[in-house]
Amino acid sequence: MRPGAWLAGAAVLAFLLLFFVLPVARVFVTAFLDGDGSPTLGHLMTFFAQGLMRESFFNSLYVALMSALFAALIAVPLAYFTVRFEFRGAILIQTLGVLPLIMPPFVGAVAMQLMFGRSGSLNLLLNQYFGFTLPIMEGLNGVIFVEAIHYFPFILMNLTVALRNIDGAMEEAALNLGCRGWRLFWRVIFPLAAPGFVAGASLVFVKVFDDLGTPLVLGQTNLLAPQAYLRITQVGLEDPLGYVISVIMIVFSIAAMALAAQALKGRDYATLQKGGAGVQRRRLSGLGALAAYGWIGSVLLIVLSPHLGVLLLSFASVWSFSPLPDAYTLAHYATVFQDSSGMIRNTLLYCGLAAAIDVLLGVTVAYLILRTALPARQWLDWIATASLAVPGIVLAIGYLRLYKGMLVPGTEILVTSSWVMIMLAYAVRRLPYALRSCVAALQQLHASLEEVAETLGATKLRTIRRVVVPLMAGGILAGFVTSFITAAVELSATILLVSAESQAPMSYGIYLYMQSVAGRGPGAALGVLAIAVVALGTYFTHWVIERTDRPIASRTAAVRNWERL
Amino acid sequence: MKKVPVECRNVRLAYGATQVLDDVNLDIGPGEFFALLGPSGSGKSTLLRVIAGFNPRHQGRVLIDGVDLAGKAPWERNVGMVFQNYALWPHLTVWDNVAFGLVERKFDKITIREKAGAALEMVGLSEYAERRPSQLSGGQQQRVALARTLAVEPQVLLLDEPLSNLDRGLRVQMRQELFALQRRLGITTIFVTHDQEEAMTTADRMAVLDKGVVQQVGTPSALYDDPVNTFVAGFVGTMNQMKGVVRARDSQTLTLLVEGVGDLSFSVGVRAPEAASLIVCFRPHALRVEIANATRDDRHVWISGTLEASEFVGEFTRYHVRVGGHRLAADQPHYSGQAKIPIGGTVSLGLEPAQLRFFPA
Repeated sequence: MRPGAWLAGAAVLAFLLLFFVLPVARVFVTAFLDGDGSPTLGHLMTFFAQGLMRESFFNSLYVALMSALFAALIAVPLAYFTVRFEFRGAILIQTLGVLPLIMPPFVGAVAMQLMFGRSGSLNLLLNQYFGFTLPIMEGLNGVIFVEAIHYFPFILMNLTVALRNIDGAMEEAALNLGCRGWRLFWRVIFPLAAPGFVAGASLVFVKVFDDLGTPLVLGQTNLLAPQAYLRITQVGLEDPLGYVISVIMIVFSIAAMALAAQALKGRDYATLQKGGAGVQRRRLSGLGALAAYGWIGSVLLIVLSPHLGVLLLSFASVWSFSPLPDAYTLAHYATVFQDSSGMIRNTLLYCGLAAAIDVLLGVTVAYLILRTALPARQWLDWIATASLAVPGIVLAIGYLRLYKGMLVPGTEILVTSSWVMIMLAYAVRRLPYALRSCVAALQQLHASLEEVAETLGATKLRTIRRVVVPLMAGGILAGFVTSFITAAVELSATILLVSAESQAPMSYGIYLYMQSVAGRGPGAALGVLAIAVVALGTYFTHWVIERTDRPIASRTAAVRNWERL
Repeated sequence: MKKVPVECRNVRLAYGATQVLDDVNLDIGPGEFFALLGPSGSGKSTLLRVIAGFNPRHQGRVLIDGVDLAGKAPWERNVGMVFQNYALWPHLTVWDNVAFGLVERKFDKITIREKAGAALEMVGLSEYAERRPSQLSGGQQQRVALARTLAVEPQVLLLDEPLSNLDRGLRVQMRQELFALQRRLGITTIFVTHDQEEAMTTADRMAVLDKGVVQQVGTPSALYDDPVNTFVAGFVGTMNQMKGVVRARDSQTLTLLVEGVGDLSFSVGVRAPEAASLIVCFRPHALRVEIANATRDDRHVWISGTLEASEFVGEFTRYHVRVGGHRLAADQPHYSGQAKIPIGGTVSLGLEPAQLRFFPA
C-alpha cells in the first residue's frame, strides 16, 4: 500500500498545484512584481492612490458588513422563534437553508428590481396609496438588500444549531437569579449561541465581499469584484490593478474566516449534556401566536420574493410600471428550449465532470488522511479547503495568467480558451464540499470493517473497491450532488473563462439574457429551469441519503438510547 | 439570616395521563437540612422545580415562611437553586457568574464587590475569580455554583443532585462541606438525591418518594429502623424479604409457613399487621451467621441454607445464602484469623425477633 498511497497523494497534490496553488500564487506574484521582475509595493500604492479604487474598496466593505447586519436582523429572530416556541417551522427552516444554494442572488436581482425598484411593485403601490417611495434598490442599497435576503440562511442555520445545544439549566439558573426577558436573551442566551452567529455572519461577509454577479446585474460596478472583472476584460490581462484587487479579496476572505475562527476558539459552548433537556419551549398564546406567525409570514414573503419574482418574470410578456405583469405567456420557455439546449448540455457536462473529479479527489484525500500514515497528508486537506477563501474571479484570473499562450498539446487550441478550464475551475472551487462529505462518510466507517476484508485475503485496493466505497456511497453521492448543484449556478469564474458563446453554461446564459430588457423573460425562464434542475438534484440526494443511511442512523440511535439507560 | 419554613400542601402535577406528583404534603422546618430521596422518575426533582417556580402548571400550594407562592415567577421567589450540572455560564468568568444575580438585583458596584467577594471567600475560591468555569475542576465548579446561588442570600436553598457529577472521594468531602456550610448559614435547604447514603449522612430529616407519592417522612434512623412499607425498607439500606402464610397467631407467638423453609415461630416482642400472609424483613447485619453444626441458641430463630457466594468487603463479609426460593444477604463482622465458610456448604442463619419487621403481603 505504501507506494500506492504515495502515488495517490502525489496525483492529488499535482492536481491541486496545477489548478489551484500555482494559479493563485501567480496572481500574488503579479500583484507584487514590477515590469522588470523586481518585487514592488508600487501597484498596491497605485491602488490606494486612485479614488475609484479606494471607493470600491470601502464600498465592498460597507456592502459586505451591511449585508451581514441585515441578514442577522432577519435570521436572529427567526432562529430564536423556532428554538424558543412550540412552532411548526422545522421543515420551513430547513427549506430556507437550501434556498441560497439553489438560486444565487444574481438570478433574482432583476426580478427584485421589478418588485422593489423605483418603479417596482412595492413603490408603485406605496406611491399610489401613501404618496411616498422607499429607495430599497437604489445604488448599493439594492446590492445589500438582495445579498442579505439570499444569504441570511447561513446565519439562521448556524445560530439555530447553537441555540438548540444550550442546556435548559443555563436559562433556568438565570431565571432563578432574577434575570428574564430581554436581559436573559442578551446576557445568557445570545452569548452562549454567539459562536454559531459569528460563524454564520462571517460566511455571509465573505460571500458578499466576493460576489461578482449581483453587482454586475444591478449595474453597481464601484465594488472590488466588478472592478477586477472590468480591469481584466477592458484594460487587459497585463493590468496589475486586477491582481491587486484579487489579492485584497483573498486577504479579506481569509481574514474574515480567521477572525471567526479566533472568535470561536475555546468557545465551544455546546452545553447540552447527554440526556439533558434543551431550552424550554413555550406555547404561544393566541395573540402572541398571531403576531409571531404574522411577522414570520411577512419575513418569508420578502425572503421568497426573488424566487417568486423570477417565476413571474419567466411568464410575463409585459412587466413595467405595474405591480404585477400585465400579460402572461409561455413564449420565454419556448425561446429558452430553442436557443439554450447547448447551455443546458454544457452545464450538465461541466458540472458532472467537475463533481466526478471532486468525489474522486474527495475519497482519495479522505482515505489518505484517515487511513494512511502518509507524511504531511493533512496538508492535502488544508490546501483543498483553502479554495473556499479564493473568489471564483481570482481563480479565473490566475488560470488566464498562468496558462497564457499555452496550447493544448497536439492541437492549435489555446489552453485558456478550452472549456476544460471552466470545468476545472468548478472542480477546484467545489472540492471542499465534496471533501467534507467524503471525510464524514469515512469517519463513520469503523476500520475493523476493512481489516476483516484484509484478513479474508483482499488486497488494499480491492478492499477499498469492495468494502470502503460501497459503504461510503451515501456520502459520496451527497458530495457529488452538492458539488454539482453549486457549480451549476457558479458565475464569477465562468464569466471570465467563457471564451465563446458555444461554451456558455446556464449560469452564464442567465447573466447574458439579463443584460438586455428583452432578454429578461428568457433569462428568468432559464433561471427557473436551472433552479428546477438543482432542486430536483437536492431532493434526489436527500431521498437517496435517507435510504442508504438508514441502517447506520438507526444503529447510532440505538446506541444513543442504550447510553441513556 | 431569618430561618423560614417551607410547606407543600396537596401538590399534584400530571403530564398527560402520568401523575408525576400525587398529593404531596411536606412540612420542612426553619433551618432544616431536608433530603428528597427516591429512584429516578419518582418525582423528586420535579417537586424541587415546583418549589423553584419552573413548573407553574401544578396544583396545590407551596408556602415559604407562610407566604403562598402561587402565581410567582421564578425570579420573584428568592429561592436559590443549584443545578445538577451546575449550569455555570461558560462565557462569563467565575466572578461574573457569582456576581450575576447581584447585578440583576441592581445593587451598587461596591455592594456587588463585597457580596460576590464574600460568597467566593465562603467557598474558598477567591483566587479563581478571573478564571473561566471550564478551567476549574468538577468540585470547584460545584463550589462556584453554590457561591453564585448563595451570593443573593436566598431564603431557601434547593440542591438538585448536587454531588452526582463528582467522583466518589470528592463526593464524600463535598457532602461534609455542604453540611458544615448549611449549619453555619442556617438556611433551610432541600436536597434531592437518589443516593440513600448521601441522604442519611447529611439530612436532618428526609422524605422517600416513589411514583410521585411521598412514602414516608422522618429522620434517617427512623426510616432505616421503622420503614412503613417494603418500598422504603428496600430503598433505604439493604433489606432481606421473605414471604410466608400465617399458620397460627396468638398474643405470644406468630407462626409463618415460608415456602422452601418450613414453619417459623416467632415469640416475644413481635409486632405484625393482621393479614393472611406476611412479608418478613430483616437487615443483613441483623443476622447471626454460623456453620451448619454450630450450637443454636434460643434467642434466635434459626433457618438453614446453602452458601452461594461471598463478598469480602473488609469490615465484614457479605454472604449470599440460598434459603428455599429466597436468596438472603447476611453480613458477618470480619476479624483476622476467622475461618472461611466454603462455597456450597450449609450455613445456619439466626434471626433476632426484635430486628424483624412485618408487612402485609
